[in-house]
Amino acid sequence: MRAVDALMECLKAEGVDVVFGLPGGANLPTYDALVTGGIRHILVRHEAGGGHAAEGYAKATGKVGVAFATSGPGATNLVTPICDAMMDSVPVVFITGQVRTDLLGTDGFQEADTLGITMPVVKHSVMIQHPQELPRAIHEAFHIARSGRPGPVLVDIPLDLSRAEIDYEPVTDVRLPGYQPRVEGNQKQVRQAAKALAAAQRPVIYAGGGVVNANASQELIDFATSDRFPVTCTLMGLGAFPARLDGGGEIGEPNPQWLGMLGMHGTRSANYAMDEADLICAVGARFDDRITGKLSEFAPRAKFIHIDVDPAEISKNVPAHIPIVGDAKHVLSKLVIEYRALGADPARLDAWWSRINGWKAKYPLTFEETNDAEIKPQFMVKALHEATGGEAIVTSDVGQHQMWAAQHYDFPAPRRWINSGGLGTMGFGLPAAMGAAVGAPERLVCCIAGDGSVQMNAQELATCAQNKIPIKVFIMNNGYLGMVRQWQELFWDRKYSHVEMGEFPDFVKLAEAYGVTGMRFEDKNTLVEDMKRAIAIEGPVLVDVRVTREENTYPMIPAGMAAREMVG
Amino acid sequence: MGAIMGEPGTKEPLSLEELQAATSMRTGRKHVLSILVENKSGVLTRIAGLFARRGFNIDTLTVGPTEDEQVSRVTLTVDGALHPIDQVTKQLHKLINVLKIRDLEPADTVSRELALFKVTADGVQRGELMQIAEIFRGKVVDVTKRAIIIEVTGTTEKIEAFETMVRPFGLIEMMRTGEIAISRGRSET
Repeated sequence: MRAVDALMECLKAEGVDVVFGLPGGANLPTYDALVTGGIRHILVRHEAGGGHAAEGYAKATGKVGVAFATSGPGATNLVTPICDAMMDSVPVVFITGQVRTDLLGTDGFQEADTLGITMPVVKHSVMIQHPQELPRAIHEAFHIARSGRPGPVLVDIPLDLSRAEIDYEPVTDVRLPGYQPRVEGNQKQVRQAAKALAAAQRPVIYAGGGVVNANASQELIDFATSDRFPVTCTLMGLGAFPARLDGGGEIGEPNPQWLGMLGMHGTRSANYAMDEADLICAVGARFDDRITGKLSEFAPRAKFIHIDVDPAEISKNVPAHIPIVGDAKHVLSKLVIEYRALGADPARLDAWWSRINGWKAKYPLTFEETNDAEIKPQFMVKALHEATGGEAIVTSDVGQHQMWAAQHYDFPAPRRWINSGGLGTMGFGLPAAMGAAVGAPERLVCCIAGDGSVQMNAQELATCAQNKIPIKVFIMNNGYLGMVRQWQELFWDRKYSHVEMGEFPDFVKLAEAYGVTGMRFEDKNTLVEDMKRAIAIEGPVLVDVRVTREENTYPMIPAGMAAREMVG
Repeated sequence: MGAIMGEPGTKEPLSLEELQAATSMRTGRKHVLSILVENKSGVLTRIAGLFARRGFNIDTLTVGPTEDEQVSRVTLTVDGALHPIDQVTKQLHKLINVLKIRDLEPADTVSRELALFKVTADGVQRGELMQIAEIFRGKVVDVTKRAIIIEVTGTTEKIEAFETMVRPFGLIEMMRTGEIAISRGRSET
């Protein structure tokens, strides 16, 4: 069979049920094989849309996402999703076409050095040199993408090799001598961590996307509730620890152990707790600058336990006192056993909790309500929470709306909150929602989009319409590139420079042009009901929600400052 | 499960004050990293790119085959005063084609570099230069009317010392291979 037919067999063997992509000259053989290959393919309108859709699929399902693109511009259009997947540790295999081997290096038509261009932003990449190598390369790519710290892997296949005949034999053993991720966690270190936790008077658990990636949410809950540990999550970790208790079908009460998100737009409770903590247990989090603020004044009283599957993250930004290399699932399940055996006295945390509860009472996430019909952006997120019963998968773009969604949606479970954290990619939300909806068809998928961001991948509305992918996109429309406007207002003397978006486009007409239901909501009094109405519509819906134009995202640690210096 | 885990915690107390952070401090000395890599295309680019991206400076770098044709060895020297070496090695380990990294202990390592010096040498100077070369166990590999080429092998320090000696004669060109290093004793590098 041809190498591309073997590719289909490999994808099926890896459990791939859908691929997002766009054909072109250099991957024609792949698309020929797709016709009878037995794999569902969703034709996107731009390769970046396909890449982000594959990310959304991977984040919603925990499985490896797959995206196809042709050579040259097809591959370069994937650079942003690849980089995004690298920054947020998303398992995606990107398969690109390449020009014929005899044209390589000649600046042939649609030739680009895909491997070279993407090298700094992949977990691994390979260009096929011989068609016989293809099956093994594909299985290695999946193994690398999903194991250890997940990430993007790129396989570049020259046109002539892709249609060459090979003797296909299924590959069942993947052996990579230079790649052996450690997941177990050193038992002695875990024991040491348990003891430190038992000795701590002011502990905080700081959990990140690594907990979601390792499917370790239950282990995190078990660990946190093995005592009364306060828990905060990063932007990427939201949902790993439930913001609300189980309400048995209704929206539950706030989880008393939950401090909210930490970092630049986190809660005061979370940031102040980090500031005063004597022991911080970081799980699958990487002390990003959006978390630490001014590094030299970050958590100045704390000792650190740092659990991460990627050893390079440990002590990279903040030196760890107890480093544990391993994934969150293995390490936390051991840690619970060790900690319980110590029989620590929960009463030692009383003073700490009264301090934290003081902050919670004094500084709840709040905003000033309007007296008329005007919709405050924070209210919009709360309305969506109510309209969806808090049970939707929510994706977002990047900017103010992203932060408000993170603050106010109260995610009850992991893999419900899908956004671009590390790279901060505008235009991520819509295609990611599309991928999530394909991966989790049983669940409602909503995208909270920005009016700036959504235009960066709006072409995927056509993909949604054609394939009847029923995502509900709610644009938080303030007519600005809102986060940039906020920074110009606060830190650049309100000198607005190129942040005004005007009344363009008319999103309702845009939706209709794409064959998608378009709606516009402007009244807060009916917003919840309006949203329910939009959600009830079959098929994809794009809603233009007009919100307060110049609202700022608060609270906020200004860049380069310490948690103590939060404003707003 | 308990059997796999071993005996859960003992109750001996631990004081947070006693915990010490694993310091990723700068060692202040030169480090020789000996890296075994899969002999695949692009590996050197990956290593060089990683160093550039993370802001690590490479002082010297050599690449060559090993006794196993599927494996190459990269020897590179990094200044431990400028970079936290553990972060350098951890990042290198993340490259799939990197098989093994050893940060060689200077005391247990034999390291060598080869250098070629082209020095102005007419008439009387030639004899003096040849004498210096002999002291350094260098080899005169070419002589012309106005210049002489000397080959010196040794540690970086020795080569630098030789350079200092011959520079006043008129150093036309110097070429150095960069260090290779091998661990002492029976164990493999």
